Amino acid sequence: MSAPSPVELDEPEVDDLTAPSTPWVTIVWNDPVNLMSYVTYVFQTYFGYSKKKAEKLMLEVHNDGKSAVSSGSREEMERDVQAMHEYGLWATLEKQD
Amino acid sequence: MAGLMGGFSYHRRSKRIIATFTGFEADLLRSLAGQLVELLRNEAAAPKESADPLEAMFDFSGPTTEPEDPVLARLFPTAYREDEEAAAEFRRFTEGALRDGKANAAATIIDTLEGAGLPPELTEDGLVIDVEIERDEAEVWLRSFTDIRLALATRLGIEEGDEDYWDSLPEEEQLAQVYGIYQWVGVLQETLVDALWGE
Repeated sequence: MSAPSPVELDEPEVDDLTAPSTPWVTIVWNDPVNLMSYVTYVFQTYFGYSKKKAEKLMLEVHNDGKSAVSSGSREEMERDVQAMHEYGLWATLEKQD
Repeated sequence: MAGLMGGFSYHRRSKRIIATFTGFEADLLRSLAGQLVELLRNEAAAPKESADPLEAMFDFSGPTTEPEDPVLARLFPTAYREDEEAAAEFRRFTEGALRDGKANAAATIIDTLEGAGLPPELTEDGLVIDVEIERDEAEVWLRSFTDIRLALATRLGIEEGDEDYWDSLPEEEQLAQVYGIYQWVGVLQETLVDALWGE
């Protein structure tokens, strides 16, 4: 929300100017429903990861409760999150630490 | 659940994925898919009414707040955990399309089953439904099985590692039967993933 100066346009966020490459990440969270094989299949099919990499990420989700499965621009991560929701996975995006 | 079996397999010669269902199983799948379609289309993905009628007129896209129904809230999770405004925008631009996609996927299952010979009303005993699908169609089924399982699990209140509880319920209890159906759809999904891997 902006300060009370109604005629001015929002200033661009400084963050985005000084660090245009700050990556965003797509996080997939563990849930008690989705099958391990299915989650692996989704990572393989959607991201084009090898089965080995897809399995590693799936195990991270399963054991650690979450995993950062892709990174890139905010727009790209929004696309990935939407795709994960299409597949029924619980996904969010955030700025990488 | 006793009597529910089956599963998908990859047919090497035709490169298609095949499954055989009893009439009862096919009818059950159709009913699950039909309930999902109804849920997705029932609670309209309409934007909240705006105080400003002009603004409302230009707001022809999707909703900005999490659906009230817990199943829908799980199917359309909040994309930004710490930024309410960004989450609302994301929802506005995605939820409508996601709903349509999921409803169409469930409708594909129904159409395929009926195309394979499942009558509108199941009356005869011993009916067998042979389903044959291409890879891309199989992926649609796969996604819809997930939605069906998420819906059943949310209604049942399934949590991580609570299998023993569900297994301990007396078979005749309704919840135990729903859990049996949930597990059965899981088995179908597992065999479908294997079939897609060509195993």
